[in-house]
Amino acid sequence: MLLEINLGPLLPEELSEIIAGAVLFLIVWWVVAKKVVPVFEKTYADRTAEITGGIEKAEAAQKEAAEALAEYQAQLATARAEAGRIREDARAQAVTLAAEIREQAQADSTRLVAAAKAQIEVERYQVIHQLRAEVGGLATQLAGRIVGESLEDDERARRSVDRFIADLESQPAEKT
Amino acid sequence: MPGLVGLLIPLEWAVCLGDRAEHAAFPPGVSSFCSRALLPGVLPTWVNNHLIQAIIGAAVVIAFWLWMAHAQKVVPGRKQFVGEYLYNVLRNTIARDILGHDYRKFLPYLVALFSFILVNNLFGEFVLFMFPTFSKIGYAYALALMSFILYNAAGIAKSGFFGYLKKSTLPAGVPKALWVLIIPLEFLSNFIVRPITLALRLFANLFAGHLVVLVFVVGGTLLLESGQVFLIAAGGVSLIFSFAIFALEIFVGVLQAYIFTVLTAQYVSSALAEEH
Repeated sequence: MLLEINLGPLLPEELSEIIAGAVLFLIVWWVVAKKVVPVFEKTYADRTAEITGGIEKAEAAQKEAAEALAEYQAQLATARAEAGRIREDARAQAVTLAAEIREQAQADSTRLVAAAKAQIEVERYQVIHQLRAEVGGLATQLAGRIVGESLEDDERARRSVDRFIADLESQPAEKT
Repeated sequence: MPGLVGLLIPLEWAVCLGDRAEHAAFPPGVSSFCSRALLPGVLPTWVNNHLIQAIIGAAVVIAFWLWMAHAQKVVPGRKQFVGEYLYNVLRNTIARDILGHDYRKFLPYLVALFSFILVNNLFGEFVLFMFPTFSKIGYAYALALMSFILYNAAGIAKSGFFGYLKKSTLPAGVPKALWVLIIPLEFLSNFIVRPITLALRLFANLFAGHLVVLVFVVGGTLLLESGQVFLIAAGGVSLIFSFAIFALEIFVGVLQAYIFTVLTAQYVSSALAEEH
């Protein structure tokens, strides 16, 4: 019934038109679905990732910079405190050192003075001793010449000379 | 080889209806839309100039998109910018706006549909073809059938066969008394009128447009050849005016491609919708 009506241009001239149209369109669809849309979508996804990634990267860099700054400042403060401490230590040490050196110098000088005194004493003693011997000898000789005989071997003479010298010694010592 | 010559020389046509042979040249009419077998006797008659034209159209579309998709970079160059601009119109203003978050699945279909229709429509205005492929109704039926299958398949995949049938024939909240009226009406509207109007809208716009072009160009040419001063002047005006018609036809071709695509997206969207 429908086919008897003259559809005019509404009736396809050839059935092949419908088939060809459908087949061609399916081919186009397939190519677009497999080769075109995924490529575009991938580009968009990459772009989004890159942009958000860039922002994240920038944020991370900023955070890192802030951390680095804080760390640097902390380090600076520590370094300053340490420098102060070292300076303080050095000062204290210097003071201690100076005191030590002074003490040692004093001790040294005391020691040197004592040693010198001791030596002087020893030398004086030796000198006195020698002098006494010589003076004794001289006195004996002198006395011998005066007396005209040798008193050298006489034990008594020797004792008296010694006593004399001891008297001589004690007298100027009391005066001075 | 009348077929090959016919393919290459615009606005040449042959008759398809044997008994209307006398209508070959003038006036332009239904017979102006007849296809010609390309190599009768060598190839089957259905290998005609319009089939070749449709194949070339598909090839152009495929080549264009493959070229645009080739060597894409994150930072687009000039070529990629053009490709992305066109793609974005289809992706964002048609697919995403109408289909919502499900759009990605149907995007290739819509891209292919729009570009295939557009290129074939523009064939009506450009040398070598001068004939919009979709003014042969078979091609329009083919695409309408594809869209019909697509949106029904999407609906059935979503809600199951009977669920989809119920959803698309019975809007929510209709009182039972009206079911007898509403169900046949909705069925008619969703399953019969939709694909037919899709096909007829596309076909009729291009058919009529091409016919107008033929009237102005062929009529103008005949007037120019008439040998009478006034008629020659009228023919010149007619030919000049045909450029305005061509411009209008380019617009109609773009618009029809857009409408077909938007409506297909709309039908898919309503087939996927939770409630009508």
